[in-house]
Amino acid sequence: MPAATTGVKARKFRGEVLITEDRCKECGFCIEFCPPKVLEFSKEFNRHGYHPPILVNEAGCTGCDLCGLYCPDFAIYGIRVPVESPAATASAAGVSPLGNDTSGVESVRQGGGI
Amino acid sequence: MGVMVPFNPVEPFLRSERMPHIWCSGCGIGTTVNCFARALAESKLPLDKVAIVSGIGCTGRVAGYLNLDSFHTTHGRAIPFATGLKLANPELTVVVYSGDGDLIAIGGNHFIHAARRNVDIKVICINNFIYGMTGGQVAPTTPVGATATTAPYGCFERPFNLPYLAESSGAVYVARWTAYHVRYIAHSMADALRKKGFSFIEILAPCPTLYQRRNKLGDGLETMRYYKQHSVIRHGANTRDVNLHFQGEITLGKFVDIERPTLQQTMEQRFRQVLRDRYAG
Amino acid sequence: MSPPRPSAVLSGAHFMDGNHAACEGAIAAGANFAAGYPITPSTEIVERFAARAPLVGATFLQMEDELASSIAILGAAWGGAKAFTVTSGPGFSLMMEHIGFAAMTETPSVFVNVQRGGPSTGLPTLPAQADMMQARWGSHGDYEIIALCPNSPQECFNLMIDAFNFSEQYRNPVLLMMDESVGHMTEKVVIPPADQINIFPRRHTSKAPSEYLPFKPASDDVPEMARVGEGYRFHVTGLTHDEHGYPSMEWQTQQALVGRLVGKIRAHADDLTRTEEKQLEDAEIVLVAYGISSRVALWALQEAREEGLRVGLLRPIVVWPFPEKRIRELAQRVNAFVVVELNYGQMVREVERAAAGRARTILVPHAGGAVHPPESIVKVLREVGSWA
Ligand SMILES: Cc1ncc(C[n+]2csc(CCOP(=O)(O)OP(=O)(O)O)c2C)c(N)n1
Ligand code: SF4
Ligand code: SF4
Ligand code: SF4
Ligand SMILES: [Mg+2]
Repeated sequence: MPAATTGVKARKFRGEVLITEDRCKECGFCIEFCPPKVLEFSKEFNRHGYHPPILVNEAGCTGCDLCGLYCPDFAIYGIRVPVESPAATASAAGVSPLGNDTSGVESVRQGGGI
Repeated sequence: MGVMVPFNPVEPFLRSERMPHIWCSGCGIGTTVNCFARALAESKLPLDKVAIVSGIGCTGRVAGYLNLDSFHTTHGRAIPFATGLKLANPELTVVVYSGDGDLIAIGGNHFIHAARRNVDIKVICINNFIYGMTGGQVAPTTPVGATATTAPYGCFERPFNLPYLAESSGAVYVARWTAYHVRYIAHSMADALRKKGFSFIEILAPCPTLYQRRNKLGDGLETMRYYKQHSVIRHGANTRDVNLHFQGEITLGKFVDIERPTLQQTMEQRFRQVLRDRYAG
Repeated sequence: MSPPRPSAVLSGAHFMDGNHAACEGAIAAGANFAAGYPITPSTEIVERFAARAPLVGATFLQMEDELASSIAILGAAWGGAKAFTVTSGPGFSLMMEHIGFAAMTETPSVFVNVQRGGPSTGLPTLPAQADMMQARWGSHGDYEIIALCPNSPQECFNLMIDAFNFSEQYRNPVLLMMDESVGHMTEKVVIPPADQINIFPRRHTSKAPSEYLPFKPASDDVPEMARVGEGYRFHVTGLTHDEHGYPSMEWQTQQALVGRLVGKIRAHADDLTRTEEKQLEDAEIVLVAYGISSRVALWALQEAREEGLRVGLLRPIVVWPFPEKRIRELAQRVNAFVVVELNYGQMVREVERAAAGRARTILVPHAGGAVHPPESIVKVLREVGSWA
């Protein structure tokens, strides 16, 4: 885990995690199984009274998308963003093979380069 | 923070307008659906040609949440429905996604016969060891000793070993995973989507609301930790040896991956051989 | 699946029994999928279909039970096929859940029941007409059914085609309610040239997926069907559903859906009603009989007429919806209805209800296992005649 947070070597991608907070049911899967353990429960409640996850170590997210695979509620996923294009959420869509509908997402927590 | 971003990549595979789904917090069904969406992406199948069929149960609701042609049929009968659908429209990839009670109790007869015939369908069974939808009754998968509302003193019937049942009935692809093993599930599902013939994937998944709570096994997360710690992957293991016991070791893996002509193929071959040019197939 | 080619239709005059004629009717109607489970006295229908299917571009599958066959045909129907299943007695009981599922999901489908004596295993090889109310009410919940009753092999052929056409027109399960006697009776059956057979095509939508709502009624309260695999991504469920096909557990959705399902048949009851009528012009007593019993009743009619009794015959061909309007009309001017059926009183209840006390209703019951001795009917007619 520390490797992910302390790595300073130039990498092509950095991780970004995207959370649809109101879908979360606070099962904790994403937090538990995030390899670098960069997620925690937020202090805030979502619309349904659950605490969604928040990214607590932005630099640590690798964009591995394990959170996305685990989430039973389709509330979170990780992507890898080329470091050359910092705020490139649009190009992030290109990274995903699964489409790029932009409707309905509430917030992004961006991780740093690794 | 707060930047508008692309929607979750599983979104194109879901009927987003139907979210949030009905499944409880920590229920494993959604995790497997997530894996299925990724398997569909990996398989590169044209989604218009993939149809999903479910029976009745918590897992039976999967069909309604996937953005495919989808059929939520009757309890236990997803497989014969899928059989008719596939034979009438062979270019479809037909996936059956249902619960252990649905597929193996009330639908058990259809399960073994579809495997025997080698109908070209992919059957995904979410095994939570219990009847979720109806409130936690005993299932033919409930381990001896585990309790259920209709086995209040603990289950005393030997459960089915599903991979063994599937293999001995004739399935050409048999695998078992737990909801913890998400990448394995996704790859296994993609394998099955590519495979011709009756393919079966059993996925153990937490039902925290009923099975885990009633048996004092903690919540969904606790169960996922248990899966992580107590599973061993033995690809090619003899399915006779992969019985599950109450809170025992869990053997996972791809157990069977063989080739055998499908129902459609044996049917056509037989008619061509016997009827020659009288065959109008 | 493409409809069977014209060469599939065995045009010409044949000598065949009702079961074989029903099979040929299905092929002539364009049926290209059947699933069944053997049961006397219906088995010959699927045996013939099993032999004919590979020659006409159709598929037959003998399933593991009637639950399987009755839903395999519904899967096939959604896959684009015209599909039917065949059964008798206990098998019909097992199919009930899927008759309801077909009604709820508006799946065009044909269920054939060659009735035998019951209850339970009863009289496997002998006739009865004791599933008539089960045909109407056997599945749980509120729904409407269309059921047809042939009384000859020729009619087995003809009504099988009608059954398919109604199932497509109304998107409803349709039952062909035969009986053992008609199924095993051999007579001349004339099969017309393929191009003279009217086929009601599937009500496929021409709307684009973005404009299409799977359960929004188009006309006649009947929604259009999408083709599977063509990008409509539609959902079908046996749960109460809205026009999207999505489950909705609200009483308003239930009312809209079940109201429409029931209404689409009830509103067309007049179009569906079909009867055969004999000597009703001057009749004071009307025999009501269907299937094999109508042929026995005709004997009794002739004998009673010779004795000077003014007897006529009303034979419902479409039994569900019941021809209640016709009974109501007749009740204004006749003295009595004498209902002849191989059961202890099923359709007689409908006759009595429709007659509403304006004419007397008398049952000539029979437990099944044989047909009525015509004399037993004549005796009743004489007695009823003496009341006037
Ligand atoms: C013919 C019939 N019998 C019983 C039921 C009630 N029922 C609904 S779901 C279910 C069991 C579901 O268990 P399982 O298949 O394991 O699904 P889960 O909810 O656990 O995912 C039962 C018994 C039904 N719907 N239909
Ligand atoms: S993508 Fe998700 S699981 Fe992976 S490192 Fe980032 S937050 Fe953790
Ligand atoms: S896995 Fe999904 S539902 Fe569970 S806590 Fe994380 S975001 Fe919430
Ligand atoms: S009852 Fe069990 S199986 Fe059903 S949704 Fe809840 S956790 Fe899942
Ligand atoms: Mg279950």
